[in-house]
Amino acid sequence: MTDEPLAMARQATSVVLESVTKDFGTNRVLKDLDLTVEAGEFVSLLGPSGCGKTTALRLIAGLEQVTAGIIRMDGVDVSRVPTNKRDIGMVFQAYSLFPHMTALQNTMFGLQMRKTPRVDAHRQGMEALELVGLADLAERYPHAMSGGQQQRIALARALVTSPKVLLLDEPLSALDAQVRLQLRVEVRRIQISLGITTVFVTHDQEEALAISDRVAVMNAGQIEQIGTPEELYLAPATPVVAAFVGMSSLVRAVAGDGVANAWGIAIPLIGNPPAGDCEIFVRPEHVRIAADGEPVIHATVETSTFLGSMRRTQVVTDDGQRLTLQHAAEQHLDVGASVNLTIVPVPVAVRE
Amino acid sequence: MTSMSQANRPGTPTSRVRRPRSIVAALGLAPFSIYVVLFLALPTVLAVTSGLFDGKGHFTWNNFTALGDPVVLRTFWASLWLSLVTAAVGAILGAVVCYALIGVNPTRPIRVSVDAAAGVLAQFGGVMLAFVFIATMGRNSLINQWLTRIGINIYSSGMWLYDLPGLILPYIYFQVPLMVITFMPAMEGLKPQWAEANAALGGTRWTFWTRIGLPVLAPSFMASYLLLFANSFSAYATAAALASQGSQIVPLQIRAALTSETVLGRQNLAGALAAGMILVMIVVMTGYATIQRRAERWRS
Repeated sequence: MTDEPLAMARQATSVVLESVTKDFGTNRVLKDLDLTVEAGEFVSLLGPSGCGKTTALRLIAGLEQVTAGIIRMDGVDVSRVPTNKRDIGMVFQAYSLFPHMTALQNTMFGLQMRKTPRVDAHRQGMEALELVGLADLAERYPHAMSGGQQQRIALARALVTSPKVLLLDEPLSALDAQVRLQLRVEVRRIQISLGITTVFVTHDQEEALAISDRVAVMNAGQIEQIGTPEELYLAPATPVVAAFVGMSSLVRAVAGDGVANAWGIAIPLIGNPPAGDCEIFVRPEHVRIAADGEPVIHATVETSTFLGSMRRTQVVTDDGQRLTLQHAAEQHLDVGASVNLTIVPVPVAVRE
Repeated sequence: MTSMSQANRPGTPTSRVRRPRSIVAALGLAPFSIYVVLFLALPTVLAVTSGLFDGKGHFTWNNFTALGDPVVLRTFWASLWLSLVTAAVGAILGAVVCYALIGVNPTRPIRVSVDAAAGVLAQFGGVMLAFVFIATMGRNSLINQWLTRIGINIYSSGMWLYDLPGLILPYIYFQVPLMVITFMPAMEGLKPQWAEANAALGGTRWTFWTRIGLPVLAPSFMASYLLLFANSFSAYATAAALASQGSQIVPLQIRAALTSETVLGRQNLAGALAAGMILVMIVVMTGYATIQRRAERWRS
């Protein structure tokens, strides 16, 4: 693998979606969507199936046409520009390599479309294969490669033309867990080294949080919140974000004056929800065994799972609520044991 | 000792465990195997070996030598020519139908109707089809009478419907639906991501078809073409019903050798002719299998 793939690097491009709406028949898939991806930034669109994230990506690619709104690349309106004139690189979920072409021929395809002289196309194609660490598979056909190798070749093919924007449509979702982890690190490494503006679609929150500069959490055709992975995790703007990003337990509480009261513990609230009975999202790492003198929740251990560096334990409280806590792997909590817990008073979101 | 203890370990498959399962599997395959032996392999061997004997049961090469006779060669050429032409026309028209259908949802009535019609019409060859053509295009058919009234005589150069050229249209009638059945899965195997990747890489619709679509489809198209060729080459009933006089193609010549009342004692020539046909079919089907293997690999 080369560390200096500068031939494929180019000045990064910004991508802006302004009030973009997309209808499929009577079904409105995107509603007045606004999104700005800064030049060289890696932004993930994260959300459940049907939230509109893939549609948004396909609109940027030009594979679908906007119903209303504008898409700009470096300030230029490209809403009506066909896909083959947008100068993008795209990696699909799977099966997008041309099956009758070798890895090198696949990689050279985009260059040939741009009438690059054959010698140059060959050299650049090999450089792209070196970038993804598969130069030795140049003459191999897709059917003789693993899923991970095929996706690496697809990445090389998308990057070889030095596109303005790299669009990744769940490129890791068809791969097994280990390859997936390796490849996501590779994708991020290459994106940083080339400085290419990248939009990545995924439904896997861990994946999005791990490799993005910013993550846009989508729901029902709109962006619920866009921010750094830390912002989304620590300060979810909406209950949907709190529920979708990271793991939470739903706990009954009484809200008022910016705090929620649960089991006598005052927990600050995110935003300004109405006073009264509510449910709050509590992260497993914010539930712990109570120390002497701390407010206490009495509970009984239901299950405890060993996760390598830590354990995740589910308990049922005396008033019948279920809580999940995360603790050191060395700390054993036996099923059926009574425990005294407390909640760390960090800001939490209220379920709507 | 070690190998014995391993073989006796619980859960280790042994020949004693495997044997009953393989016997059951073999029994399941037996009816089909017996059928193939009785009605395909045995008749083939008997037909070919019958060509090695004369009417009195003496060994002879004469029947196979007769395959070099100019009349027999002309008939083989006519069979090959007819099969090549009708397979080509059927393959091209069938592929166009598949192309037209590819964007149609498989559950839509038009698609369901075409699929059903193709399935039925591909097996429609034979006396019925011959009658359909005689009734619609024969000398006394309504169409011919109507054409004659407006001054068009489609039989001005002879009754071609009952001769070799007359076989082309009826053969195409069952070749097109057969092509639709065999080629449609290949067309459906063209993945939308290929077209989208082509566009994202700067390609046009033209480059998609010339660089991706057609090259990917080529093996399947060739395999379907060979299947259509074999279908035409071995067809008998339609030709027999239309061409009651003469032996324009090899199957009709085999009929003549078996049933002729004017030239007696030539049944064994039929065996040699059948051997010639089998040889052609072996070549074609070997080509078909080879190409199909490649097409399958690309589709996976």
